[in-house]
Amino acid sequence: MADPILALRGVHTHIGAYHILHGVDFDVPEGQVTMLLGRNGAGKSTTLRTIMGLWQASAGEVRFRGQAIHRLATPDIAGLGLAYVPESMGIFSDLTVKENMVLAARQARNANELDTQRLEWIFGLFPALKKFWLYPAGKLSGGQKQMLAVARAICEPRALILIDEPSKGLAPSIIQNLVTAFNELKRQRTTILLVEQNFMMARALGDQVAVMDNGQVVHRGAMAELAEDEALQQRLLGLSLGAHQ
Amino acid sequence: MSTNAAATVPQAQFDWRPLALLLGLMALGLPAVGSASTWLTLTVAGLAMGMIIFVIASGLTLVFGLMDVLNFGHGVFIAVGAFMATSVMGGMSTWAGESTLAQLASVGVAMLVAMAVAGAIGLAFERVIVRPVYGLHLKQILITMGGMIVGEEIIKVIWGPQQIALPLPSSLTGSWLLGSASIEKYRVLAAGIGLLVFAVLAYTLGRTKVGLLIRAGVQDREMVESLGYRIRRLFVGVFVAGSALAGLGGVMWGLYQQTVTPQIGAQVNTLIFIVIIIGGLGSTLGCFAGALLVGLMANYTGFLAPKVALFSNIGLMVAILLWRPQGLYPVTNR
Amino acid sequence: MLNRLLSHDLPRSRLLAVLLLLIVLGLAVAPFAFPGSKALGVAAKMLVFILLVASYDLLLGYTGIVSFAHTMFFGIGAYGVAVASTRLGPGWASLTVGLGGALGVSLLLSLVIGLFSLRVKAIFYAMITLAVASAFQTLASQLSDFTGGEDGLTFKNPSWLSPSFEPFDDPILGVTVDGKLLTYYLLFVVVGLLFLALLRIVNSPFGRVLQAIRENDFRAEAIGFRTVVFRTLSNVLAALFACVAGALLALWLRYTGPDTTLSFEIMLDILLIVVIGGMGTLYGAVVGAVLFMLAQNYLQDLLKLGADTLGQVPVLGAFITPDRWLLWLGVLFVLSVYHFPTGVVGRLRAWAPGR
Repeated sequence: MADPILALRGVHTHIGAYHILHGVDFDVPEGQVTMLLGRNGAGKSTTLRTIMGLWQASAGEVRFRGQAIHRLATPDIAGLGLAYVPESMGIFSDLTVKENMVLAARQARNANELDTQRLEWIFGLFPALKKFWLYPAGKLSGGQKQMLAVARAICEPRALILIDEPSKGLAPSIIQNLVTAFNELKRQRTTILLVEQNFMMARALGDQVAVMDNGQVVHRGAMAELAEDEALQQRLLGLSLGAHQ
Repeated sequence: MSTNAAATVPQAQFDWRPLALLLGLMALGLPAVGSASTWLTLTVAGLAMGMIIFVIASGLTLVFGLMDVLNFGHGVFIAVGAFMATSVMGGMSTWAGESTLAQLASVGVAMLVAMAVAGAIGLAFERVIVRPVYGLHLKQILITMGGMIVGEEIIKVIWGPQQIALPLPSSLTGSWLLGSASIEKYRVLAAGIGLLVFAVLAYTLGRTKVGLLIRAGVQDREMVESLGYRIRRLFVGVFVAGSALAGLGGVMWGLYQQTVTPQIGAQVNTLIFIVIIIGGLGSTLGCFAGALLVGLMANYTGFLAPKVALFSNIGLMVAILLWRPQGLYPVTNR
Repeated sequence: MLNRLLSHDLPRSRLLAVLLLLIVLGLAVAPFAFPGSKALGVAAKMLVFILLVASYDLLLGYTGIVSFAHTMFFGIGAYGVAVASTRLGPGWASLTVGLGGALGVSLLLSLVIGLFSLRVKAIFYAMITLAVASAFQTLASQLSDFTGGEDGLTFKNPSWLSPSFEPFDDPILGVTVDGKLLTYYLLFVVVGLLFLALLRIVNSPFGRVLQAIRENDFRAEAIGFRTVVFRTLSNVLAALFACVAGALLALWLRYTGPDTTLSFEIMLDILLIVVIGGMGTLYGAVVGAVLFMLAQNYLQDLLKLGADTLGQVPVLGAFITPDRWLLWLGVLFVLSVYHFPTGVVGRLRAWAPGR
C-alpha cells in the first residue's frame, strides 16, 4: 500500500484559550477523494486550517509526502503543492474574475501567461467564469463565487486540494457542476480532502471517509462501507440516508 | 445552468459619486468666491495642497490597508524628508546659481535624496518598531508615537531645534498670469508631481502582479498566503515605499510653507489622518479624492471665512462620515 | 481599614507599597521638606498629573480605549476656572461657577464623542479624538476675546488661595504660611480624595465590566452588557476627572493658556507616564507621574552633568545635552511598551515574593 500523501498524528490545536482539536489522527491516501464529515463544531474546518498552517498546531505532527509541515508558514505549505478553498470562499471581491485567476496561477505574471488549455477546461466546467471574466468577483452570485473559488484551486496542477463545504447554500444544479468538476479531478489523480455536510454529495464523490466529533477522528474507513451501514450513519452523523435529502 | 440573459458582459460600475462631489465643490466655489480669477487661483492652490497631502497620505493608507498597521509616527518620515531638503538645497544653492535648469535639478536631487533617506529610515522603523507589534493595535499606536518622539528629538540633534527656512529657488517663485488670475508656479509643479505619483501608483496597483497582490492583500491577507505568496515580504516593501513617499511629501510641504520645523511631522499628522478617514482606510483613490477635497476646502474657506477654515476639515470629515461611514471608497475587508 | 480605603486594591508588592508611602509622605510634607518655589511647583504638578493620568488609566488601562482628547477636558477645566475668575472677578463663587460650567461642558462633549465615535473601530476613534483635540486647541487660540488667545488668561484666586494671604505672621517650621501653601494642600486633599474614588470605581462591579470589555468586547456584548453604554460612561468619568485636574492646575498657576493644558506634548506626556508607570493599575499613574516630573525637571541637570563630561566627544555629546531629555524618555517609552508592558508597577509586582 502506498504511503499516504498527508498524515496527521495526534494534532492538537488551540485557538486562544479554546482547545479545539484533541489529537486528530488520520491519513489521506494519494489520488483519492477523502471526505471529512461530522456535526457542526466537530473541528473539521479547524483541521483544514491547521493543515494549511493558518492555525498553528499546539501538539502533534502533520506530514505531507513524509515532510513535516506543521511548523511551516502558510505560503511555504501552499508552495509544496497544496491548494485551499475556505468555507468563506476567500474571493477577492474588488478584483475581477480574471485577476482572481491570475493571482491563483503562481507562475503567471498576467493573464496572457495563463495556461490556455487548462483555462479552456475550467471554462468547460464553469461557463459562467468565461462570461463574467472582466466582472468584479464581488458581484457574482453565491454559486458563481463558489465556482471561482474552486477554479482558483485548480488553475494549475496541485498535489492536494483542501475544500471546505463547497455546496453550502448552493442550488442542486450548481452542486451537480461541482460534482462533475471533482470527478474530473479524480480522473487526473489529484488528491482531494473535502469537508462536506451534504451526505449525498459525499457519498457520490468520496472514496475514503473520516468522521470527526469533539475534535477527534472517531471513524475511519472506505466510503462504500459507511454508505451501506445505516446504523453507523445514525450513530456518527445523526442521520440516515432515507431521511436526508 | 442559469445565467444572466445579458448578451454583453457588463464592466464594473465605477463609483463616480465622490469624484462628482469633488467637482461639485469646485463648482460651488465659483459663485461663493465671486470672481473667476480669484476662484482659479484658489482652486489651483487647493489642488496643489491636496496633491501634496495625497503624496504624504498615500503611503499611510496602503500600509494600513495591507498590513493593518496604523503608523502614528508617519510624521517622522515627512520631517526627515523636509529637513534633508534643507540640507541638500542649501548645499546646492551656490552651484545652482541663477540657472533655471540647475535650480530645478537641485529640487529634483533634494526630492530623490529625501525619498531615499526616508525610505531607509522606514526600513529601520519597520524592523525595529513596527514588526514586533503586528496585530496589536494598542501597542502599535503607542509605539509608533514613541518612535515619532524619538525621531523628532534626533532631528533636533542633527539640525537643531529651531525652524529652518526652505526658500523656493528663484525660478520657481512668482506666478503666471492667466487672464487676471495669478497662478503660482510652484503650485503647478506640486500638482504635477502629485499627479505623477498618482499615475505611478494607479499603474502599479492596477497593472502589475505586485499591485494585484497588494490589492488582494488589503482585502484578505490570509487567502493571499494560502495561494502561496509570502506577503510579509511585500509588507516591508510597501512600508518603505510609503515612507519614501512621505519623505517626498515632506519636501513638497516644506517648499510650500517655505519653512521647516521639527514639529512639522506632528502638525501634518492630524491632517493626513483626517484625509485617510475621509477617503476610506486602504483606498488609494479614496485618499486622492479626500486629499483634494481637504485641500480645496482649506483654500476656499481660508479665503471666505478664515476663522472657520480650521474647522473645515473636521466638518468635512463629519459630513462625509455621515454619508459614508466607511469613507468615500470603502475597502471591503473579509 | 486600609483595605477598605483602598477598595481592596492593595499595592501587592512590598517595594511598591514602600514607594507609594514615600511618595505620599513626600508630597504631604513637600513645602516643609523641600524648600523653594521650584520644588513646590514640581510637587504641585505631580499632584495634578497623578489625577490626570489616573483618569486616563481608567480609559486606557481599564477600558482599553485609546483617546487623544484627554487634554481637551484638561483644558476645559482650566479655562472654566480662568474665564470665570476673569469675567466674574476672583472668589469662591466664580470658582464654583467656572468649575461647574466646565464639568457640564465636559459631560456633554464626552457624551457626544462617546456615543458618536465609540461605535467605530478603535483606530477610527483614536484618529477622530486626535482631530477633535487639535481643533479644540485651535479654537482656544482663536477665540481670543473669550480665552485670551495665545497669551492665555492670568487671574486672581479667591483670597485664601492668593499668595498675598498670610494668616500667620510667624513662619511654621521655617515656612511662611501663605495662600500658595493653602492652595498646595487643597490640591493634595482633592487629588487624594479623587484618587481613592477612582480606586473605588475600578474595583466596583462597573470596573470589572470595563475590564471584561477591554479583554473581549465581543464576548461582553454576547453576555449581555451594552458595551457602548459602559464605554461611554468610562469616557465621561475620565473626562470629568481630567476636568477637575485642569481646574486644579489653573488654581495653582493662576494662569491658563493653550500650551499649559491643550498642547499635544501634554498628551504625549500622559501616554509616557501611563505606559512607563503601568497601565491598568492606577498606582502606575502615581509612580509614573512622580518619575516623569522628576525627570522633566531634574534629568536635565543630570544630562548636563553628562554633557560636561562628554562635551568634547563629537557625536555622543550632541545626544547627551540637557535639551534632549525627551529623547531618552522616548527611548524608555518605546522599550517599556515592548519589554515592560506592565510598567514599573507591574514589574515591581512581578518581583514580589509569593506570586
